[in-house]
Amino acid sequence: MPRWTMIEALNNALALELEHDRRVLIFGEDVGKNGGVFRVTEGLQNRFGEERVFDTPLAESAIIGTAIGIAVYGLRPIAEIQFAGFSLLAFNQIVSQAAHMRSRSGGLYTVPLVIRAVFGGNVRSHEMHSDNIEGLFMHTPGIKIVIPSNPYDAKGLLHAAIADPDPVLLLEHMRLYRSFRQEVPAEYYTVPIGKAVVVHEGSDVTVIAYGAMVAVALEAAKQLESSDEASVEVVELRTIAPMDEQTIADSVNKTGRAVVVHEAARTGGVGAEIVAVINQHCLYALLKPVERVTSPDTPFPIPTVEDLLIPTPGRVVNAIRRTLEA
Amino acid sequence: MPFPLTETMHQVMTPEGKIIGEVPLLSAEQLVKLYRWMVLGRAFSDRMVALQRQGRMGTFSALNGQEATSVGLAAPLQQKDWLAGSYREILSYLVKGVPMQAIMKLYRGYVSDDYSAEAHCLPIQIVLATQLPHMVGIAMALKYDRQPQVAVGVCGDGATSEGDFNEALNFAGVFKAPVVFVVQNNGWAISVPRSKQTAAQYIAHRGPAFGMPGYLVDGNDLFAVYKVVCDCVERARAGEGPALIEAITYRLGAHTTADDPKRYRPASDLTEWGKRDPILRFRAFLFDQHILSEKDNDVLHEEVTTEIEQAINRLEALPPQDCAQVYDLVYSELTPQLKAQRAQIMRELGRE
Ligand SMILES: Cc1ncc(C[n+]2csc(CCOP(=O)(O)OP(=O)(O)O)c2C)c(N)n1
Ligand SMILES: [Mg+2]
Repeated sequence: MPRWTMIEALNNALALELEHDRRVLIFGEDVGKNGGVFRVTEGLQNRFGEERVFDTPLAESAIIGTAIGIAVYGLRPIAEIQFAGFSLLAFNQIVSQAAHMRSRSGGLYTVPLVIRAVFGGNVRSHEMHSDNIEGLFMHTPGIKIVIPSNPYDAKGLLHAAIADPDPVLLLEHMRLYRSFRQEVPAEYYTVPIGKAVVVHEGSDVTVIAYGAMVAVALEAAKQLESSDEASVEVVELRTIAPMDEQTIADSVNKTGRAVVVHEAARTGGVGAEIVAVINQHCLYALLKPVERVTSPDTPFPIPTVEDLLIPTPGRVVNAIRRTLEA
Repeated sequence: MPFPLTETMHQVMTPEGKIIGEVPLLSAEQLVKLYRWMVLGRAFSDRMVALQRQGRMGTFSALNGQEATSVGLAAPLQQKDWLAGSYREILSYLVKGVPMQAIMKLYRGYVSDDYSAEAHCLPIQIVLATQLPHMVGIAMALKYDRQPQVAVGVCGDGATSEGDFNEALNFAGVFKAPVVFVVQNNGWAISVPRSKQTAAQYIAHRGPAFGMPGYLVDGNDLFAVYKVVCDCVERARAGEGPALIEAITYRLGAHTTADDPKRYRPASDLTEWGKRDPILRFRAFLFDQHILSEKDNDVLHEEVTTEIEQAINRLEALPPQDCAQVYDLVYSELTPQLKAQRAQIMRELGRE
């Protein structure tokens, strides 16, 4: 089995889709000859032609707006937004259009659209390049949001997103793009949207994370387990919306303690929703208040301070310890 | 510049009914049909406003005065051509084959599940200019699929200041998409006059700026609108790319039933534009050519009224909107969250 980075796994998935389904079109800024600024679409234009993989003018609203039209028509557009922070220029098209078309048309028109966008901190990037925007979109009925933590899931979730009849936002973490390789089947497979997964079993406390924070949670679990302080279960969401409440509830009902970790700012975020889910399904099992480890309620931390302010294994360890205090 | 900045206003018939251009080749039957659509549009609009006043309809935007543009932009289209407009384009939608019931249900606050797939119209949406990139996307898909259809996107003069209008034109030009943009310049965006939307003399001039022809047309002259739209649509169909049409017309009514235009526009405007009424102008031609008699006209009006009344009766005989339906329309399948929320409301409403 090949060992691929997330970029290579995504590139392979896109190539498979282009090869097997003539309805699939890929477009965005610099995705053509340049293969995307991170090379996710490398070689695709060369192989499949400019009609299927093409650069657009720099206008995010029109990238998503035209993608909606293409999807309504019946093709399978995959639109790339060069950095997720710039999806805000397409916010209206995503929120009021892609997400509403099915309802507004009484079910006549659907938008089988995939929006891919990179984001993520700890990479010393410029303003708006790292911002975690999933919370803004989670509040929008009508779209699905997936955030993989590894190459295998990235490929499988991308295939699932393309097969999905509704709009899916696939957010790819910049730091995970090339940080490690993993065995990834070269063939088509899917990872289900809407299903979380227990990536590490434990019995004392549940840490819920997604994206780059999964590795942070796992590192915290390792530290506490090697010092015999606690047995930590790590739940990875993979899908932010619709959230897999069952997997979260099952785990927290088992452990009685929970720590929620995300890279986004705190207030009104994904973590708040997770806490509400725990509240609803696990209140009587809870032994301690649920902890949140997040970035601060500031604009995304600037490069010189991001390593301190984005959740670290140490901060997750501290939070877990707080849930273990007598 | 490959496309000139036009100052010529296309006109076939002057407001006085004098033919000064080439009348499109249409049979007497077709001409009466076009006229009937305009009459129906106005009657429908008036009736919707009256229903709103009686509390039987939600906020509605009258289309009075814009019948020639509304009909002229839709009538030249083939069934499988695509159309998307906004709240002011409902007459175009009717012409294109959207059932009256779909429009009435929308304004009555129902789920609009009566849009017919055959009409190829995107559902009316209210966020200004936002439908235009969709039409460019559909046009790009048609081109990719080697289909002979075109897409037509319509908006008002105010909407041309939105980013999406300009982004849509830019994409259409770059991708040479088979799309035609029609701007219904009715002089107003609620209370803001056209002169405050752009310092440019004409919106049509943005066509050449984006690499496509821009046409100016007398929007109250059905023949002129029909002709220019035909030309642009055929040009797009032939693979020659997009075009922008600015139809100069006038909103004779209020912006919506919630608006009072006396606050911002002089009554003299209405007197002036009343003289340019698109229906009267066209009717004068039909009378003049003996295509329509006074009696035919009376019968036609009666038929139209009956058609609208029947639609209202059907609408008002509908059962109340089922609130469960709104849950079912969000995704192709209910998410666990929606399933639970739907079950809970059913329990609370005693409808398990
Ligand atoms: C993006 C957006 N901004 C504001 C509004 C509120 N609004 C509704 S209609 C309208 C005026 C539109 O004028 P115009 O485009 O000329 O169309 P008309 O109503 O004259 O047909 C405004 C400001 C809206 N619907 N969408
Ligand atoms: Mg206007």
